[in-house]
Amino acid sequence: MSTLLRTLILATGMCYAACVCGAEQDSNGLKDLYFGEALYYAYQDNYFSAISRLDTELAQYYGLDEPEKNSFHFYQDNAEFDVGDFELYYRMYGRAGRAVKAVIQGNVPERVRNGAIYRLAKIYYETQQPLQALSTIKKLKGNVPEKIRYEEPFLRAQIDIETGRFSEAIGLLRKIENAPGMVGFAGYNLGVALIRSGKEQQGLAELDKVGQVASDDRAVQAIRDKANLVLGFRLLEHKQPGLAKKYLDRVRIAGPFSNKALLGAGWAAAASGKYDRALVPWSILSKRNVTNKAVQEVMLGLPYAYSKLGVYGKAALLYGHALESFSQEISRLDASIKSIREGRFLAALIREEIKKDKYWVVHLRKLPKTPETYYLLDMLASDDFQSSLKNYFDLAELHRKLQHWETYLAAYKQMIQIRAAYYEPLLPTIEAKFRKLDSKMKLRVEQRDHLDKRLKKMLITPRPDFLETAGERRTLLQLDRMEKNLPEGANPRIRARIARLRGVIMWRVETEYQDRFSKATMHLHELDADVKRLRRIYHSFVRTRQAATQSYQGYDKELTHLRIKMQQADDTIKQLMARQGHMIEVMAINELERRRKRLEQYQVKARFAMAESYDRATKAQQEKVIQQSEKKDQAKQADKPEEADKPEKGDKPNEADKPEKADK
Amino acid sequence: MKREIMFGLLVVLSMVSGSLHAEKLNKQQIKGLDEQVQGIKRDVLSISTQLNLLEEKLLYPSNTYMAFFVSMDKGADFSPDSIKLTLDDKNVTNYIYSYKEVQALKEGGVQRVFTTNVTTGEHNLKISVIGKESGSKVTNSGTHNLKKGVGPQFVEIRLSATGVSFRDW
Repeated sequence: MSTLLRTLILATGMCYAACVCGAEQDSNGLKDLYFGEALYYAYQDNYFSAISRLDTELAQYYGLDEPEKNSFHFYQDNAEFDVGDFELYYRMYGRAGRAVKAVIQGNVPERVRNGAIYRLAKIYYETQQPLQALSTIKKLKGNVPEKIRYEEPFLRAQIDIETGRFSEAIGLLRKIENAPGMVGFAGYNLGVALIRSGKEQQGLAELDKVGQVASDDRAVQAIRDKANLVLGFRLLEHKQPGLAKKYLDRVRIAGPFSNKALLGAGWAAAASGKYDRALVPWSILSKRNVTNKAVQEVMLGLPYAYSKLGVYGKAALLYGHALESFSQEISRLDASIKSIREGRFLAALIREEIKKDKYWVVHLRKLPKTPETYYLLDMLASDDFQSSLKNYFDLAELHRKLQHWETYLAAYKQMIQIRAAYYEPLLPTIEAKFRKLDSKMKLRVEQRDHLDKRLKKMLITPRPDFLETAGERRTLLQLDRMEKNLPEGANPRIRARIARLRGVIMWRVETEYQDRFSKATMHLHELDADVKRLRRIYHSFVRTRQAATQSYQGYDKELTHLRIKMQQADDTIKQLMARQGHMIEVMAINELERRRKRLEQYQVKARFAMAESYDRATKAQQEKVIQQSEKKDQAKQADKPEEADKPEKGDKPNEADKPEKADK
Repeated sequence: MKREIMFGLLVVLSMVSGSLHAEKLNKQQIKGLDEQVQGIKRDVLSISTQLNLLEEKLLYPSNTYMAFFVSMDKGADFSPDSIKLTLDDKNVTNYIYSYKEVQALKEGGVQRVFTTNVTTGEHNLKISVIGKESGSKVTNSGTHNLKKGVGPQFVEIRLSATGVSFRDW
């Protein structure tokens, strides 16, 4: 019974899965566009692209000389956390993975971190790793996001039940029994926890309460039906068929548990010896889809009830009908197994329809030569199958991506070749011209620096001679030369004249010094503007030249490495896809073979039961005929004078024939 | 008779509990394969990141890089159906939104709608958006003059029912 309860708890948890998004934005608005782009992918459940975007941004960010000046700086902690959180959504929850690191070390607000802890624990719980789930959920402290206010204690309780900590689970579930969104689910699990902790009566009472919950919500209605079904079968197990019937009758006739409830209601009536009452639910059930387990079983149950009521002919006919159905279904199962072995199931699974139709795994049965998926419904809903299927889809997607990227690499290579062919003949000429200009520019800049230094010095020590004009300097030199060339006995008036002329120039230079100094400074500033423009052009040229060479140089190694990595990854993906696909096929075939074996057992039972029913029907008929003839003999002896008229009446149908006619 | 009833009950109970026997046999295999799938996901993600970095270096050098991003106010009533971008009188992109994409924008995600290489200097951007607000069709347009410097240039295009606004980053 513990397996039954564990399965039920798991199923309940599955149907109450709640999605909480970990990426929360700054309330003051977005501060980095690329972080926003990662969120854009994440909000569309495209976690691969979201992780890849954040990884790219983080790699660029850590490569910067001054990362704190980059706008991504505002989101560095969030990005580190979100990478891990998105990996959780992308089902990457390995022990050494970033998801676990994010949960433990995440430098993010408490609520955000707790949201991730909840999700990680839930994954461990759903993948049947309860101890891992327990140690993870224990890390959750403080406030949780509002969205999981009640889901968090609910999950904690489910984990506690799985790890045998029933009293803790009971305490938690009692607190949230009537919480919004928890009505029915918490009560159901509470009932299960009580039963498993040995408090059978309290547990049944709790399930009884859940079995009467009034709600329009389909999920709550389903859990209500489930509670009644579990109660009914629990009581049947405890040989209380009368009480069991009460609960089984509560299950809705059109709900997901209706088939099992109808079957159980029949068995409850049969267990009380009321076979005629068992006929009612079983007759309804026998008209439903023949692939259902309960319907297949009732095909034996219904004739069984008729035989118990002594209607052997009808029983024999129904057994015959069951045999016919079973052999048809076995043929259908054989065809389905063959179809899976031929790879049609897998091929149909990954068709594009899966993106538009969430029930595609069920609906693919409509395709020609695909398996009867109605037989696989239980398996399709199991966690193992679902995680295997998701892995298979993810692998197929990764394979598609790698194939796509392969074309990128070819295009990049071509682009690099075209760029090299264009730039390589041009660059040497440009380079030579650039070197000439570069040396000229260096010289001018040195001159400018020299002037600057001189002017700065003149601020402290005025040097009017530095500001002489070229004409003045020429004239002074000329006067010096003239004075030097004067013969010794030259006219003193000439010497005085030279001195006066020099004096005039010196006067001008000295008196105009301040004005000249201002003009020189102003000219230097004008020169600075030109030098600045020159430098800008120079840097622009350097950048363009660098961009030109960088646009085709140094990529060969990187591209080769990437190509090798991609090929290796693609080979691994192909192997994993084959193994994962095989596993999915094995799961499906195992399930179909299990159903086939069950039908074979039913066939054997039906054959024996049919033969027995025919025997009993024949025997009963013979007995009736004998009784009839005995009655006739007695009547003959009593009415001997009228004996001559009897043979003609004997041709008419007699009473002994009636049951057989009714059977037909 | 009772034995037969009990057989029936056991069959039914086994149906309720669900059949896990064959799956249980494969548990370790399933887990092992799952771990290998996680490993290859990590490898492909690393390749994707390297490709992104290579793409940005090779296709969009920083001196010519210009990217246009679309954003919306959180929980906005306006839902864009399509957007058209014209850069320097040349139609550079037309984009039709899916329901999921619109929801992602409304939740605060930012879409990189177009990436290109342009020369430094003045450029002109024109936007035309068709969408819905409260069931009625809304058509908005906007123009933005931008100056491309030597570094990468990003332009945010913010959509709302009242119009289109721009922000240079």
